[in-house]
Amino acid sequence: MNSDIISFSSLAPIFPELILTLGAFAILMAGVFMKKQVSASLVGVAIGLLVAVAALILIFPSDGVILNGGFIQDSFARYMKVLVLAGSAFALVLSLSSANENALDKFEYPVLILFATIGMMIMISANDLMSLYIGLEMQALSLYIIAAMKRESSKASEAGLKYFVLGALSSGMLLYGASLVYGFTGQTQLDEIAKIIALGDRSIGLVFGLVFLLAGLSFKISAVPFHMWTPDVYEGAPTPVTAFFASAPKIAALALLIRVVTQGFEPISSDWQQVIIFLSIASMVLAAFAGIGQKNLKRLIAYSSIGHIGFALVGLSAGSLVGVQGVAIYMAIYLTMTLGLFAAILSLKYDNIYVEDVSDLAGLAQTRPFVAAMIAVFMFSLIGLPPLAGFFAKWHVFLAAIEAQLFVLAVIGVLASAIGAFYYLRVIKTMYFDEPVHQFAPIPGELRFIMGIAGFLIITYYLTVGAPLANIARSAVSSLF
Amino acid sequence: MIFANNILTIITFLPLLGALFVMIVPGNDRLAYANIKRIALVTTLVTFALTLVMWSMFDPQNISFQFVQNHEWIGNVIGYRMGVDGISVLFVVLTGLLMPMAILAGWDSVTKRVREYMIAFLVLETLMLGVFTTLDLAMFYVFFEGGLIPMFLIIGIWGGKNRVQASYKFFFYTFVGSVLMLLAIMAMYWYAGTLDITKLLKVQFPPEMQIWLWIAFFASFAVKMPMWPFHRWLPEAHVQAPTAGSVILAAILLKMGGYGFLRFSLPMFPDASLYFADFVFVLSVAAIIITSLIALVQTDIKKLIAYSSVAHMGFVTLGIFTANVYGIEGAIFQMISHGFISGALFISVGVIYDRMHTREILAYGGLVEKMPKYAFAFMVFTMANVGLPGTSGFIGEFLVLIAIFQVNVWFAAVATLGVILSAAYALWLYRRVIFGALTKESLKSILDMNPREMAVIVPLLILTILFGFYPAPILDTIAPSVEALVNQISQSVGMGVEPILPH
Repeated sequence: MNSDIISFSSLAPIFPELILTLGAFAILMAGVFMKKQVSASLVGVAIGLLVAVAALILIFPSDGVILNGGFIQDSFARYMKVLVLAGSAFALVLSLSSANENALDKFEYPVLILFATIGMMIMISANDLMSLYIGLEMQALSLYIIAAMKRESSKASEAGLKYFVLGALSSGMLLYGASLVYGFTGQTQLDEIAKIIALGDRSIGLVFGLVFLLAGLSFKISAVPFHMWTPDVYEGAPTPVTAFFASAPKIAALALLIRVVTQGFEPISSDWQQVIIFLSIASMVLAAFAGIGQKNLKRLIAYSSIGHIGFALVGLSAGSLVGVQGVAIYMAIYLTMTLGLFAAILSLKYDNIYVEDVSDLAGLAQTRPFVAAMIAVFMFSLIGLPPLAGFFAKWHVFLAAIEAQLFVLAVIGVLASAIGAFYYLRVIKTMYFDEPVHQFAPIPGELRFIMGIAGFLIITYYLTVGAPLANIARSAVSSLF
Repeated sequence: MIFANNILTIITFLPLLGALFVMIVPGNDRLAYANIKRIALVTTLVTFALTLVMWSMFDPQNISFQFVQNHEWIGNVIGYRMGVDGISVLFVVLTGLLMPMAILAGWDSVTKRVREYMIAFLVLETLMLGVFTTLDLAMFYVFFEGGLIPMFLIIGIWGGKNRVQASYKFFFYTFVGSVLMLLAIMAMYWYAGTLDITKLLKVQFPPEMQIWLWIAFFASFAVKMPMWPFHRWLPEAHVQAPTAGSVILAAILLKMGGYGFLRFSLPMFPDASLYFADFVFVLSVAAIIITSLIALVQTDIKKLIAYSSVAHMGFVTLGIFTANVYGIEGAIFQMISHGFISGALFISVGVIYDRMHTREILAYGGLVEKMPKYAFAFMVFTMANVGLPGTSGFIGEFLVLIAIFQVNVWFAAVATLGVILSAAYALWLYRRVIFGALTKESLKSILDMNPREMAVIVPLLILTILFGFYPAPILDTIAPSVEALVNQISQSVGMGVEPILPH
């Protein structure tokens, strides 16, 4: 095969990833050869790098398919990459105030986050089963280490190990599926696969491959029944790490899933739609019920994120432009809610302990009215109550489901959201209806800022970002259809 | 002109502006609280004044929507659309009227977290006004459902002993009911290609689809009304909510269900409405009889009034689904009049609750000796609740009974029985609380209404009697729109046109 790299400038679509890689290496070197005290400033450099790369993608968009068809940069990829970069950058900001307590004050932390981000960006741009796997593993290996970064904590080690073992299992399934798909189509590139499928009958082996591929990807987005690792990892990992896990990697994996099914398996859409519908219903319903019994805040958020992936998949189930647009909007809103919520949780410290349980929040409305109000906004938004952003997220995905006449899915979905409301309300009830138990330490400024911004966007969604976001998401996903 | 074009936007979002001001008032002391209360009161009063201005500018003869604003907004699906017609305009005024009352009702009794309290009520007012002023179906849902957030907090934070359970019940009943409506709204969008209510009113949905859409909307409105047997959340929410919360709940939130039936179910799904009319009649009549009987045995004053609300809402649904002019005019009149009567009743209960901190009927008796003014006011509202001629409660029930009599004599006969039952429970309540000898030691030092309470009660008293003798302002406003509505329905399903009510 001839290389299609003619000149340096033809690499323009992958410049963001290249810059990020070089930057990550530079930070790694700086960390190795400089004193330990600089790690905080390295985090600052990493944040700056992420922001710069996001700006590069936004200001100098450069689309194209390069590296022998393995890497694609299009409007969808750019949209998702900006979300991922924002997620990573804010996750780094969230870790600043509690870096000491969580053993995240090592220089490896920002470097690993950067490597994970590069992996995610490659996932988003993967147009080939091989680059897909490379991106996925690069991201996953970084995440395994980050999960277990707090070495002396047995919980964190447990989380890292669980994540690793189950992640390896899912990678195996994914590879098995990929090899079956290759075996039955003779292609690894997504659009080529689609062409071959469109030519002939769909063979049972291909469907097998598809299902294994989807199973592997479901693990990454923690859709039921491949969700088991999520509550344990979320609970065990240090909270800023959990914030990272719950935001950027989810978005990247979902973007990958969207690209694989809409590009590679478009001719057999009814086959993968069945699988997605099943994943969606299972995720929504299980999360709604399983969340009810949770006492630990991070486990609760874990089930909440499982449920929200289920809701996002409602949009993908429709398989239409409106549906994928809905998913794109959903992930942007989900990212905002998640980061805001984690900023709020990380700002609550009493007697040098960070809040862990829902009951720790008792009476927060009286001791920390601002934080309580913000958490309440995020919770109501996660329930999907209008006029908050979470409602519009659900609006877009369910609109697509109704258009595709997936009425059963839609009815189950909205009922699951009603059941799920129960555990979100419990948090609000604890904060607002109960009496205070703890006196909390002052809130770090940057966390106050993040939750304030997130809360503002969530509350004023209809007036501010709602309309432009819908347009941006529409033009972003139009590259897939 | 700019003012007239934007008046609905100004009215709807003015309370939100007030809430922002309340939010930024510095300090948490007595003075700050006093300022917060004043800001809230002034905001609601100005809003009320604006609703009156809007009513005066409203042209009843014009049956199309007025003060219309129409902009596409989110993804050309959800728009920003405002407008009122004869059916919705009075609900806007009613909301404007009752909010200052609600603020005053909690003036002294709310002492903790005043700031949040006022913010919750002001936000709630914006959301309630939005329900009646918006002309976009998705935005209707946004306002309709958004009201859950402040109301959940109002019941849960400032409520009574079992407030948590009550707030959860309130939340889940309404939420589960509404989400199905959301899906129906989306289905309507894909069929009609728009969420503009003015356009949707002209769309003929296929009968098969109408049935499903009607059921989905019914799930939401029947819970909100509430209709028997979906009313289980209401007594508890009323009992636990603070006085102002009960007032708003009974006076306005319940009316959203009736408004929804009138605005959507009836004109958009006429075939389904006809198909389900008997079903609604049965539920309504059951509500009137059963909840009246339940009200008879209540020992808690608020609970008794709450059950009586369910019974009165039974008349409203009866009237709406007769789909004739008398019925619908009666239903709207009943909703408006029940708005201030039930509001006044809950405020009256609040008056004695603030003094005695109990709502048990047995804890009272002989109040007339110490509280003559209160006794008089409570009597007028009780009579109005019963539907005595000369009070506004009579007009609505009478019109509805005429209408239902034309449709089905049996339903009319049973519903009339309900009027008798309502007299029984209301008068018995009055006898036990107000009359009798004042023997209880704790009541010996009870004081009559203070000027603040008078300021709330007297206007409602005047309105109750005024509209009892002179209902024309209300009927004139709604009549042309109601006639247009009835014509539209009868054209789409081919029913005969009913004679028009003279006035």
